[in-house]
Amino acid sequence: MSETSAPEVQSSDLKVIKNVTFEILRYSPEKDEAPRAQKFQVPVIKGMTVLDGLLWIKENLDASLAYRSSCRMGVCGSCGMFINGLPRLACNNQIVHLNADTITIKPLPNYNIIRDLVPDLEGFFDKHESIQPYMIREQVEELNNPTGEFFQSPDELVDYIQFAYCIKCGLCLSACPTVATDDNFIGPQALAQAYRYNVDSRDEGAKEREEELYSSHGVWRCHFAGACSDVCPKGVDPAFAIQLLKQNMFMQKLHVHKQKPATHVIPWVAEHIPNEKIPKAPERTVK
Amino acid sequence: MKVEVKHRKNKLGIVGWIGGGRFGAERYAYALHRLTGLGILAYFLLHIFVTGSRIGGRQSWESAMANFKTPLFKFGEFLVFLAFAYHALNGLRLIITELGFMLGKAQRPVFPYVTSVHRQRPLFIGLMIVAAIIIIFGGADFYFI
Repeated sequence: MSETSAPEVQSSDLKVIKNVTFEILRYSPEKDEAPRAQKFQVPVIKGMTVLDGLLWIKENLDASLAYRSSCRMGVCGSCGMFINGLPRLACNNQIVHLNADTITIKPLPNYNIIRDLVPDLEGFFDKHESIQPYMIREQVEELNNPTGEFFQSPDELVDYIQFAYCIKCGLCLSACPTVATDDNFIGPQALAQAYRYNVDSRDEGAKEREEELYSSHGVWRCHFAGACSDVCPKGVDPAFAIQLLKQNMFMQKLHVHKQKPATHVIPWVAEHIPNEKIPKAPERTVK
Repeated sequence: MKVEVKHRKNKLGIVGWIGGGRFGAERYAYALHRLTGLGILAYFLLHIFVTGSRIGGRQSWESAMANFKTPLFKFGEFLVFLAFAYHALNGLRLIITELGFMLGKAQRPVFPYVTSVHRQRPLFIGLMIVAAIIIIFGGADFYFI
């Protein structure tokens, strides 16, 4: 059995590079009438993210500081905050890269504040749910008791894979100027997910989503400010999905949009027959 | 037992159209598009009111027209022209992008991400240059020719 050793941590990596002021907007519903700013001095080491800074404050200076976080690697979408003038993930931004001596952190705008940096995302998830973000098929029986797989080509996958990367962090809604004034606007996240399912070759739910998408608070409320796409940490580009939904609707009205029939079911492969042209995988090195 | 939680409202409101963060130029173009749209609508209402003065006879019409020859109203008229030039050309960009042109194709996201906003930027810059040229020539016509 071979062993792999972890890379050695150099002592220079743990050296404090500089001290940075974290100016955090605090709000406690029991004590505060309005949010108030509080400053903390944080020693910064190489590679330290804004989230690391918040964890350091919580461990060393003020245990009452509230924020959401989980994966620390830009995957779970929990640590969305308004950092130095932009909605960002705290775990995805290194303090040194922000190039500032003071880091201002506020809760995401356009969401109610529960406490400190914790936004209320309930309405956000309600909007996501409203566009039916799941596979809809006429063959309900096949969905419940599958006899095979829905066929999909690699090209068909590329049509929607970009939009399937959404981690539901909510940054796009906090950047959107339409959401700032229209509570009922479905918002870039949910609209992008509607497009993601509509364009999926295995889905047949476009008609069912139509009413919600093309309502007075649907796609036509977007005027392509593009801020949602600018702040998306996963490159989902919700503004693009919304323009494509508008294009589809326009083409439908002109009767030139051809809805492709949903892909067929291909039965399970009963027995795996290896392709002789593909060389065998090497023996596993770790057992 | 259900605990009553007091949430603090944090909607940006109209301030969020202009302020709210260090975003790209398109977000400010959005705000300006709305403001110029409202400005043109206000002008349209004023225009109907003024032309309606013709009903009151020739004297009423001429006295209304005399009011609009002051420098202030002339500048106001230039602002309407400016708003119209911007609104029309930015609106053209919105029509083009809403029809799905100049936005590129869906692709696997690879960092650093290039979004549809980046891909349409040459169109945005080009149309804004055209708007600026129209405004400069229009301004010259208003004040110097």
